Amino acid sequence: MDDILLAEQAKSVRKELLAIINRAGSGHPGGCLSAVEIGTALFFRILNHNPQNPKQVGRDHFILSKGHCAPLLYVLLQKSGYFPKAWLKSLRKLDSPLQGHPHSLKCPGVEVSTGSLGQGLSISCGLALGKKMDKTASYVYTLMGDGELDEGQVWEAAMFAAHYQLSNIIAFVDRNSLQIDGNTESVMSLEPLSAKWKAFGWDVHTIDGHHFTEITDSVSKAKKSVEPSVIICRTIKGKGVSFMENEAEWHGKAPNEEELQQALKELDQ
Amino acid sequence: MKHSDITTQSCLPYKKGTIVPVRDGYGKALLRLGRVDERVVVLDADLAKSTRSDWFAEEFPERFVDVGIAEQNMVGVASGLSLIGKVPFVTTYSVFVVGRAFDQVRNTVCYSNLNVKIVGSHSGLSVGPDGGSHQGIEDIALMNALPNMTIFCPCDANEAFLMTLTAAEMDTPVYIRLAREATKVVTEEDYHFEPGKANIFREGTDGTVISHSVICSEVVKALNDLDNRGIKLSHIHLGTIKPLDDAITEMISGSDRPVIIVEEHVEAGGLTSILAAACSLSKPKKLYSINLGDRFGESGSPHDLYEKYGFSAKKIAERITQILEL
Repeated sequence: MDDILLAEQAKSVRKELLAIINRAGSGHPGGCLSAVEIGTALFFRILNHNPQNPKQVGRDHFILSKGHCAPLLYVLLQKSGYFPKAWLKSLRKLDSPLQGHPHSLKCPGVEVSTGSLGQGLSISCGLALGKKMDKTASYVYTLMGDGELDEGQVWEAAMFAAHYQLSNIIAFVDRNSLQIDGNTESVMSLEPLSAKWKAFGWDVHTIDGHHFTEITDSVSKAKKSVEPSVIICRTIKGKGVSFMENEAEWHGKAPNEEELQQALKELDQ
Repeated sequence: MKHSDITTQSCLPYKKGTIVPVRDGYGKALLRLGRVDERVVVLDADLAKSTRSDWFAEEFPERFVDVGIAEQNMVGVASGLSLIGKVPFVTTYSVFVVGRAFDQVRNTVCYSNLNVKIVGSHSGLSVGPDGGSHQGIEDIALMNALPNMTIFCPCDANEAFLMTLTAAEMDTPVYIRLAREATKVVTEEDYHFEPGKANIFREGTDGTVISHSVICSEVVKALNDLDNRGIKLSHIHLGTIKPLDDAITEMISGSDRPVIIVEEHVEAGGLTSILAAACSLSKPKKLYSINLGDRFGESGSPHDLYEKYGFSAKKIAERITQILEL
């Protein structure tokens, strides 16, 4: 998919995820919107996957470590063809395959259940190590939130990946600089973030996380690295919806009908 | 051949009466598994020499992963390895893996029902001089609370060997409870371990003692001494705590003689709690409960969830009415 088509797809992803969060009545729009370009680039350009056979041997793995952004994952999976569109309406409802946080036993295409933050990178390390043991030439892509980096386990995994030279891990940090209680630098400062990852032995790229060419180019460079790679994506929480942008309160609040209509209108402009 | 298809004494590694730490049985089983099953991978958190996973590390360095002192990451890495078809055994002191990494065991391993084996090597008081910080005495309570988990508590090194082979054949989470101290091998050459089934070690008419894990050898000795004094007790070893053997609750409920539980575990959540609850809730019922049973929750409105799981006022009233009409 070229950049123009990806941009169209990203717009459609934003509209759909806001609509399903609105219908569900709860959910996390802010961090979904900041990661739309990363997710869209992965699912429609970068990932080697097969929606007709979600468990296909030799596929790339995508781990959504920031599991609260399940609506983004579900829309990407649905648009890729993993399950019927009708399922999207059931988000967060009783007996739905689309749980509030991704559940691998209920939804095809979800590699592992997530939701308790800080665990995705460790799981990715296990997948990447297994691929190396099996001499499988595929990648593990992990999407983490920046607030999630407060968790100590992330840095245990960071040490591990560098120690075992897991060059087949490409991690994205959705650096939208907001977490529930406010700005990441006032809640628990992360900077200098790039230097931290470098000090842990990682190949580090810092890009505009809403720019498809930068996302694609950084992945190409990451694939050439002998170290595990992290792509720190500068993003805007709530991106694309004026009243949600850079507002921590939209981390975990569903838009009501009026807000949804306003958001859809803005996205169409 | 199945990993656990071992019926002759020549295959059980230790002779009855010898003194061996149960972790040795685990170490021997890993070696056996490593030789027949390439999927088996062993992880340790800087305690390989203590847990006996170093035996595997020496023979299969390419399938041994030391994660350093990082139990949470270890469980996560094992989860990833299981997702790609490996059979990972995670090994460290029980107090560290069960406590430090509980969230990882709950939310990644059990919630996704992953094929990860968790081996807690130093449970109970017999850890000894290291003291209370290192003695895993609440591990069963924590692991038993998790849906999809199986809990094995070997009585000696032979059973640890058999349980490790059995766990490798299952494709679900298993917790194996080991201990540090060398204890007497109590199993006979014809010993058979069947998951979920209790083993009767001795039969008597004055009462029954139920135990699990390595305290077994002390119980065996105690019952021998009592026998010499004319007190004849049965001894049941419960090697699988979860799922619980229903025959045991039936036996306790139907017994008119005392039943005594011996376990190196705190009262809350251990076999004592588990059997007390199971017996009180079974026939003849002394206690009723409306609870979640052995399952995780799911998404839904609080109202819908209360309806489905029986917690709405209407459902509670319905259930109470049913109970009162019994």
